[in-house]
Order: sequence, then C-alpha cells, then structure tokens
Amino acid sequence: MTTKPTRPAQPTVKRAPRKAVSTRYILKLYVAGQSPKSVNAIANIKKICEENLQGRYELEVIDLYLRPQLAQGDQIVAVPTLIKKLPPPLRRIIGDLSDTERVLVGLDIRSKD
Amino acid sequence: MTPSRRKTQPEPNPRSAPKPRPQLPKAPTGIQGLDEITGGGLPRGRPTLVCGDVGCGKTLLAMQFLVRGATEYDEPGVFLAFGETAEDLTENVASLDFDLNHLVARKKIVLDYVHIERSEIEQSGEYDLEGLFIRLGAAIDAIGARRVVLDTIESLFAGLPNPLILRAELRRLFCWLKDKGVTAIITGERGDNTLSRNGLEEYISDCVIVLDHRVSAQTSSRYLRVVKYRGSTHGTNEYPFLIDSDGISVLPITSLGLKHIASSERISTGIPRLDAMLGGKGYYRGSSVLVSGTAGTGKSSLAAHFSEAACRRGERVLYFSFEESPDQIGRNMRSIGIDLQPWIKKGLLHIHANRPTSAGLEMHLTKMHKAVNAIKPQVVIVDSLSDLVLGDNKAEVKAMLMRLVDSLKTSQITTVFTSLTKGGEVLEHTSVSVSSLIDTWLLVRDIEISGERNRGLYILKSRGMTHSNQIREFLITDHGVELRDVYIGHEGGLTGSVRLNKEAEIEAARLRKDQEAEAWQIELENKRVALEAQIAKLRADFAVQEAASLNLISQEKAVKEKLEQGHDEMEVHRKVNVKPNKSGRGST
Repeated sequence: MTTKPTRPAQPTVKRAPRKAVSTRYILKLYVAGQSPKSVNAIANIKKICEENLQGRYELEVIDLYLRPQLAQGDQIVAVPTLIKKLPPPLRRIIGDLSDTERVLVGLDIRSKD
Repeated sequence: MTPSRRKTQPEPNPRSAPKPRPQLPKAPTGIQGLDEITGGGLPRGRPTLVCGDVGCGKTLLAMQFLVRGATEYDEPGVFLAFGETAEDLTENVASLDFDLNHLVARKKIVLDYVHIERSEIEQSGEYDLEGLFIRLGAAIDAIGARRVVLDTIESLFAGLPNPLILRAELRRLFCWLKDKGVTAIITGERGDNTLSRNGLEEYISDCVIVLDHRVSAQTSSRYLRVVKYRGSTHGTNEYPFLIDSDGISVLPITSLGLKHIASSERISTGIPRLDAMLGGKGYYRGSSVLVSGTAGTGKSSLAAHFSEAACRRGERVLYFSFEESPDQIGRNMRSIGIDLQPWIKKGLLHIHANRPTSAGLEMHLTKMHKAVNAIKPQVVIVDSLSDLVLGDNKAEVKAMLMRLVDSLKTSQITTVFTSLTKGGEVLEHTSVSVSSLIDTWLLVRDIEISGERNRGLYILKSRGMTHSNQIREFLITDHGVELRDVYIGHEGGLTGSVRLNKEAEIEAARLRKDQEAEAWQIELENKRVALEAQIAKLRADFAVQEAASLNLISQEKAVKEKLEQGHDEMEVHRKVNVKPNKSGRGST
C-alpha cells in the first residue's frame, strides 16, 4: 500500500508524465471455486501486482460460486475474469493470466508494441 | 440431417404402433402449429437449436416459447439475451401482447442481458464460460425455471477470443443444460453451408429447427422446418409461418393424411332447383365445392346464396373476399334480394376482405387458418381463388389450397371456392388446377345465342351423389338466383329470349295441333253423320222396294188364283164338273 514506485527504471522519460506514477489500480478478479484456472489466476495476478503495482493497487477476488449474484452486475461470462475498474478505461482480461505480457498490456502498465 | 436419421433409426419407427412405446417427454411451445409438427413440443429437458438468418423470427419464437411456458404451462423461464438489452426486448415484444414486465415482477420470467464488449477484452491464458453457467444457474434457481433461452449464441463467438475454447465450452453448455433438466432454446445464425455458423450446435442439439425467410414475386414468406428431432418423428416439410399480433403461428396443414371423416349429411345450397340437381338434397357437409366460370356469371351470387342458407340454419359462415369489401358485398347481394346484413349483425356471418397482394400466400393461408380457428365456422367461402394467383405461383397456390382444403375437411367445414376462368381458357380448367381437391364442381358459363348473353349452370362433377346432367339456365333476379330448364331440342339448348321465343312457338304449335285435332274430330263426326244418313236412306229405299216387291208378289198370287178360279168356272161352264168343289178338285 505504499505509493512509492518500486522500480524507478520502469516509467521511462516519455511515459512517466502522461501516466501518473501514483495511479491507483482497482482490480477485481472473478473466479469459480478452486478450479485449477482459478487458483492459477489468483496466484498470477498477485504476482503481477506485487511486481508491478506494489503498494498502489486494490485487488478483490470474488468467488462466483459463493456470490453468484455478482456475475450479472459485472457482466461476467468467462472465468477467470480480471476487471480493471480504475484507472479508466475499463478492461477485462479473461483467462488464467498466465501470459504476463498480455496482462500488463491489458492493465495499461505496458503499451502494445 | 444425416445425424438425425442416424440417431432416430435405432429406435424403431413409432409411427406404426405409437401407443405401447414410451414417448419422449415433450414441452409444448404454445406456438400454434409447431406443437403439431413436433408431435407435442420440444424435447423436454433438452436443448433445441433454432437457427436462421437475420430477421426471420428466432428471438420471437424463443420468446413465445418462454412466455407461453410461463403463462400457460406454469413453467417459469430464463431469457439470456446476448444481443438486446432487457429493456429493448420488453419493448419489442410488448407489441405482441407479451407483458414481460408483469411476468418478471411475478417471478415467472428472468431477463438477463449479457453484454460482451470485444474491445474491452484481453485474453491471457485459458478461460472457460463458468461465469455464464453460474449466472444462468443462479437465474434458473431464483425462479425455479424449467425453460431457458439463449439468444443468440453467435454473440459469444463474436465477443470472446479463442473459438476453440468456445466450441468446447458450448458443448459443455449443452450438456450442462441437459443436466439441469431445463428445456432450452438456443438460437443461432445460419452458416454458409451449415445450419449454424460454427457447424457445431446442430450436432449437439437434440432438436434443430430452421427458420427461413424468402421473397418471391415481391412478397415475402417465412418458413419453418424441423431438421432434426432425436427420438421422435416429426413433420419434415417446410411449413410457412406467420408473425402477427399473436406472435408466431405455424401452419402444419400438410395433408399428413387423408383421414377426414366423410359426413353423409346434406346441406342446402340455398337454391331449391340446385338442390334438386344435386340429388335433391344439396352439398355434403364437409365437402369442398368449386364454382368456376367466366366473369360476371354469378359465382359470388351462388356463394352468397349458400352463405345465407347456412346462416338461416344457424351456422357460422366465414367469407373470405379478395375482390370486394364487406360493404360492397352487402350492397351487391341486396340488389339480388339477399340481405346479409342481419346475419353479420347476429355474428353468424363474418366477412374477411383482403387484397390478395396484401400478403404472401402463406400469410393468407395462415390468416385464413387463424380466422377459421377463431370463428369456428361451419361454412367457409373463398371468393375467389384466382385472385391468389399472382405471377407464376400456381403450384404454390395449389399446395396451399390442398392444405387449406384438408384442414377444413378435417374440421367438417363445407367450403365453397369460386374461381374465375379467363376468356379463352378451357372452361374445365381452373386457374390453379384444383379439380382433384374438389368434391362438387359447378360450372357457370355464358351461353351466347343470337345477340344475347345468358348464363348456364351445370354440374361438372359431384362425388358421391347422383346429379343432374342437364344444363340449367341461370337467372339472377331481384329475388335471388333462379334456375330454369333450358329448351333442349333438335336445335340444341336454348336460353334467354330465344328460349322464351321457342317456348312461345311451342305453345303456338301446341295450340295449332289442338285445333287441328278438333277439326279432325268434327270432320269425323260429320262423316259419321253423313254415313248414317246414307245408311238410313238406303234402308228407306230398301223398305220401299221391299214393300213394292211384296205387293207384286201378292198380286201375282192373286192373279194366279184368279186364273185358276176362272179355269174352274170355265169347266163348270163347259160342264166338266157339276159343282166347283174344292175337295173334289183336290181328290182328282
């Protein structure tokens, strides 16, 4: 929960001013029980967040088996789904998040090159 | 198609002996006609695929299945929409008398809008559709749903990456729906060469219904076909269907069999002389009657007569007019002394007037079918068949009529069709060659003699009854149709004023003959009198002659006696005998 950027090298000269370093990330991960994909997804996102967004993210993991009524509100179809609520734009990343590169792109942490 | 055959074959054909075999449980759709085609509805507890191109009524069919289930069969349902929001859906079907808000409030239906925005989605690693399953499962459990609709499945493929995963998940979804025991409709778009875009759904569904929408001669028609139905027989034809304010109705009128019962009850045609021509009693109830003829020969008048007669018997009549408005029919028939207005007021006569161009054939057929079902008439009039022929659709008209005739016959409805024969056509040809479907065929024709056009009527055929073989002259008077005997003699059949002339001539000739006979009689009498006079005269002459002859004879005798007497006296005188003695003379 610290606001201090962990990797000073990451924000390059061009990207740093446009995207505030202190941007907070609000993430929701929808999973279904203890399925392998769910377990993997939780592990993967935690790792990615710790590595890239340490101290400036909130991650909520929702098990749809326990709270199925939440699926409708966030338009969940595929599982696991990671939703980036903030910063805008809203993004959904589906899958077990094993492809870290794509997760970073999806979270706008890294641009598509 | 092939997989269905393969799947259904192991089960012996239930058509031959349907009773002892357990029937696949079915969930009625509540869609008129569809339940008949499928033999009771969709496979209960199994998924059904409804596919078709855009705008052919997939969503509506699915929605109707759900609404009818909720309202009529007490089976709540879940509608999972991928294309339209719940609000849009509610608005769209409100025009069809489906009050979704009400049903949703009563927890009979759950509407869930699944929105997938492709641009928001990024894939990282493997995923599945468990979210959708959970969502659907929650909705099903919330109201205890028995029916589920997924509309349309293509949106998933459009919105989510990795079709391979989706295909696998789709298969799982179908199985999952089966496990849940819900009767499901999954709608899908048609692929180029396959029934569904992914070429998958039709194989994993237990029942596949294809909807089609075709335009011919500028009128569009919708068709429905059951391509596959595992474990059940079904009608395989393409059936036209219609979307109107009551939703979808399918027309399964396909002549599935010629099974209608044949009534021997006879009903009057409304024209006594015509009844007489038809074996004295009129048409059979439940038969199909065709009145064909050239323009202006009184086909509609015959139909109106029949309508009125039926109304008088207290029967309901449904009159489909493709030429005249109800008002015009009323006026025109009044002019020949048939007042239909009271029957309309009484609710016995229903006139449905429509321009034939207003809809495609199937639409007309469906409308007619619906009207027949709603009004339940004993008599149906179709005036006229020829109007339905637009362009080159005779074969379709015939097919349509066959279905109509069969359905009406099954319901024991007597039907009168009129058909216009165009000038130059052979009279015995109807414009749509329906003669084989017709039981009684009346032909009205023009007879042109010496500058006059008169109408003649004859019975071309009438199945199952003796009927007159004569042409009758057909008069339209201000008190209805009258049939007159036609003069038939060595000059052929005569009608109109020629007939009147001829009749006058015959009358004159008869009079003349009478007079001649009388003259002969008198002459004969005269002759007899003359002869008798002659005989009397001869007799008188004879009497005179006889008298004279007798006189002469007696005179001769007297003379002879005298002579003899003179001789005796002379002898006495000569003293031969002393005394003239008779006895002495006799003794000598």
